This record gives sequence, structure tokens and C-alpha cells, in this order.
Amino acid sequence: MAPLIEVKNLKKFFKVPAGTLYAVDNVSFTINKGETVGVVGESGCGKSTLGRTIIRLLDATDGQILLEGDDITHVTGKKLKAVREKMQIIFQDPYSSLNPRQRIITTVKEPLARSGRFPRSVINEETERLMDMVGIDARLRQSYPHELDGGRRQRVGIARALALNPQFVVCDEPVSSLDVSIQAQVLNLLMDLQEQMGVAYMFVTHDLSVVRHISDSICVMYLGQIVEKSPAKELFSMPLHPYTKALLSAIPSTNIDEVMQQVELKGELTSPINPKPGCRFAPRCPYAREECEQPQELQEIAPDHFAACWRVKEIG
Amino acid sequence: MTKTIVKQEKTQIEKIEKSSFFKETMQRMVKGAGAKVGVALLAVIVISCLLADYIAPFSPTEMDFTALFAKPNARHIFGTDGMGRDIFSRILYGGRYSLALGLSASLLGTAVGIIIGSIAGYFGKKVETVIMRVMDIWSSIPTLLLSILIATALGEGFFNTILALAVGEVPVCVRLIRGQILKERCKEYLEAAESINCPKAVIMFQHLLPNVISPVIVHMTMGIGSTITMAATLSYIGLGVKPPTPEWGALLSDARAHILNYPHLIMFPGFVIALTVLAINLIGDGLRDALDPKLRS
Repeated sequence: MAPLIEVKNLKKFFKVPAGTLYAVDNVSFTINKGETVGVVGESGCGKSTLGRTIIRLLDATDGQILLEGDDITHVTGKKLKAVREKMQIIFQDPYSSLNPRQRIITTVKEPLARSGRFPRSVINEETERLMDMVGIDARLRQSYPHELDGGRRQRVGIARALALNPQFVVCDEPVSSLDVSIQAQVLNLLMDLQEQMGVAYMFVTHDLSVVRHISDSICVMYLGQIVEKSPAKELFSMPLHPYTKALLSAIPSTNIDEVMQQVELKGELTSPINPKPGCRFAPRCPYAREECEQPQELQEIAPDHFAACWRVKEIG
Repeated sequence: MTKTIVKQEKTQIEKIEKSSFFKETMQRMVKGAGAKVGVALLAVIVISCLLADYIAPFSPTEMDFTALFAKPNARHIFGTDGMGRDIFSRILYGGRYSLALGLSASLLGTAVGIIIGSIAGYFGKKVETVIMRVMDIWSSIPTLLLSILIATALGEGFFNTILALAVGEVPVCVRLIRGQILKERCKEYLEAAESINCPKAVIMFQHLLPNVISPVIVHMTMGIGSTITMAATLSYIGLGVKPPTPEWGALLSDARAHILNYPHLIMFPGFVIALTVLAINLIGDGLRDALDPKLRS
């Protein structure tokens, strides 16, 4: 059976005054039904662009996106409409992702109304059910977004995304702007809903503890490219790529006896505009050699565990 | 069979929802003290102009040679002009024309500006560049010149006069709304609307527009006063009304020659225009507040 989402050599470039910005460069991965794939990486590495390109909010520059085996990279019109009902997005900022002049009940109702598949009575019933599902009190349903706190707003965003029973939802840092206590609530809600509905998530985040909590497998991105992908547990127990190692070493440990071996990275994220061919992490990598200036391929080091570094076996 | 029933039900409920939004906004608007005063004031002005035939003591063109430049008195409560015509009656009759012209020209100019500005702001890129350059050219031509062009090309007529007055409003409005949209268009709720299959027109006018319209409403209500006075200028170029038909702007410009000797000639029409603008401003402010859920009590 075809995987739910298959991304093949996806590229998304932006033309900017200084040249071409390689936001997503040659990314391939698959997501199965009901599975959660975490995508981690620092700010500006193209995680959000990747998510938006997959659900067709942005047009891919090159490559293919397959939904259940069908190529949806360039579909338009009615087909695009049908595709969008199967793929949704939950946004990072619950303050700007809800229309401030719209009552939240209208916001949740809108996807149902726009699909044109349901009579009014069903829409109203379904809206109530969705609000119950994400836990928004009946008394709040006629309010405007500014009257709710961040967590409740994010619940509205979740209800809107799940309204049409999508098979795939891009979660674009859905908890990073929430308080820690509310983060847990929203994460648990997302996981409960996944269990109930069998929806697959692509969970974009820079928060490693969140991604460990929720993902089946994880892709690590650096400047538009996937440098490592692996089952979630294995990534934390056996990171391969030097960047992943540095990233994981930055998680503070609660064990007081453990000596922290922090891999400190030199310098800043290099510019994603007109990057050089080789490994993009090389300028900051403690293990860099001349060969790193050659393009790197993802190679399978362990079962289902890929890394894009030619020295991975040496330094492992 | 069931389909048609469902359809009927749908349109019925849609009607109810739409009218209730309108009703709600109106109710909220009149709640504000300012808007109440504004509505009452404008109602008084409009109704008395409409009923000029019954209220006005004289015909607007009737000349009373026994009372040239009369000061306000019991017979002529606002006085008379140099030809002995009753100012009060002229204001009442003139209001019909000036109000209709001022309001519809401002509305037309703003509406066109909103549509063009929304398109420029929402679509961005080349569409925006083209529209904005056209607006630059448009606004660099003096409004009066544009009005003369319209007058020559289309000739006289009430609608052509509206067009000539509205034409100057458009570029200002386009700029205003585009600037607001630039600030708003990166917000994620627009992407969300796209991802749930809202057509572009719906995103533009249902999601984006309500969030950017406030300054335009204010601008429009402020502009009505100048539109009314501008209408007087138009009669010079053959648009607008011909004397002796009264009109507020013309009343002002006629009175200008006598401002030192007979200030009441300019005072009363000026005062009425100011009152009208005030009333419309109050309504505009009320409307803006009523449309903003954050100011809801």
C-alpha cells in the first residue's frame, strides 16, 4: 500500500534580491497513515516552508508530492479543493491565525460550509461536536478571538483544521507560543485526537522534548536539507550526524552526576541564499574535511536510520 | 426533492444570519452616544431638505427687491443675498443636491478605491506594481483637470458630476487600504482561509477587508465636506448645477465676495455644511467602533 504522503526530491526556492533562497532543497521522506513525523531544526531552516509546500499553500519549485500514491504537486481547481480537504494545517501563532473580526464559532464552521457537502443542520451539529471535541465551553462559542487565552485559541485552530476529518495535518510549531502548562494540554489533545481519528501529523518544531514526546520518526533539517532521519527513540539514543549531536547535546540534563558534554557550534547559520554545493553544515562542523565540499547523500546507517555525512561511521 | 428543501433551508438561514449581522452592527452603533447624535442630526438635515417644498418659506429663486442683503430677521430667518433671495430656503433646496452629490460621490470613490486597493494589496507582485504606478500617475494629475476631462468627454449630468467628484478620491483610498493590507497580509488567518478552500474574493472581502477598513471609513466621512464644496467649483467647468439653482458649495462661493460686509451670507451655509460633516463623522466613528469586536462592551 502506498504511504499516505510521499515527498520526492521536493524543492522550494524563493527569488530574493540577493539571489535564490534555497528554503527547501531536495527533501524526500514518507509519512504513513496515523503516524507522526517530527521535523526539527533551528529557526530559518525551512521547516515551515516544507510543511506549507506539502499541503499546497506554496507551490513547489521542483520535485513531487504524492498523496496516497497520487501526484498532487500541480493539481488545480476542483482537485486542489479536494486535496486541501484531506490536508490541513495548525499554525504556530494562535493570535494571528484566527480572524479577529470573526466569532470563533464562525471560524470553526467555515471549513464545513466551504466544502459545500453538508446541509446547514449537519454543519451546525458538526460545529458543536468539534467544539466539544477540542474542549471549548459552550459559553465561549460566540466570543471573538481576543476574548480567549492562547490555549483556547489554539484549540479553535485545531478544531478548524480537523473539521473536515483530514488524513494529514501539518502542525507548524503549534505549542511553541503557549505557556508550558498549556503546551502539555494541547499536545495531549493532539495525541488523543490522533488516536480517535487516525490522522497523520507532520510536527514541525524546534523543541526537542516536544518532538520526542509525540513523534514516531524524526527528520532533522539544516538549511533546507534533511541531514538525518530516524525512528524517534533511536535518534535520541544514537544520533549520527554531527549537527544532530550538537542539537541533542544542547538539551539540559536533569541528572546532576552526569557530566554535560556539550558540542558547541562555532559561528552562525550560513546564508540559505545561493549556498555552496557541499555539506551545508561543514562551516560549523567540528569534523569538517575537504571532502565535505562534495554534495552529501543520505545513506542508511542502521535500519530506517539515515544520515547525510560521509564521515558518519568514523565519528559515530 | 430533498435537495431543493435543503437549498431553501440554506438560503433562508443565510438570509437570517446576514440580516442579523447587519442588525447587530446597527444596534451596536446606535448604542454609542456620538453615533446617536450623528444619526439624529443627519436625519433632521436630510428630512428638512427633502421636505423643502413644505418647510421653506420662499421659493429658492424668488427675489425680494425690498430686502437686498437683509440681515437675519423674522421674515428671512437667515437673511437674504444680494438679489434678495431667502438664504434659509436656498439652503433647504440646495441640500437636496449637495447631500446627494456629496454622499454618493464619496461612496463611489471609496468603493472603487477599496476594490482596487484590495486587489493591489492582496495579490501583490506585478499586479500591485502596475496598480500603484497607475495610481501615482492618477494622483499626480490635479483633480480639477481630471474633472474637466470628464466634463468635456462625458458632458453634463448628475451622474457625470458624481464621477468627476469621485475621481479624486480613488487614489487616496487605494493607498490607504493597500498600506493597511501590507500590514495585515502576512497574518496566518489568511493562509488558514486559503487552506480551507475559501475563494480569493471571499478571503479578500470577508476576511481581509473588515480588518483594514477602519481608516478608510474615517477618511471617507472626513472627505464628504470637501466634496460638497468641490461641487461648487465644478459649475465653473459646466458640470454641476447652473445658477440660479441653489447648492451649498455655490452659496459659499457666491458669498465670498461679500464676506466683510455681510458675513451672515457665508456663515449660515458654512454652518450647515459643518453640521452635516460633523453628523457624518459621528456616524462614521460609531460605525468603525461597531465593526470592531474589541470595543464591544
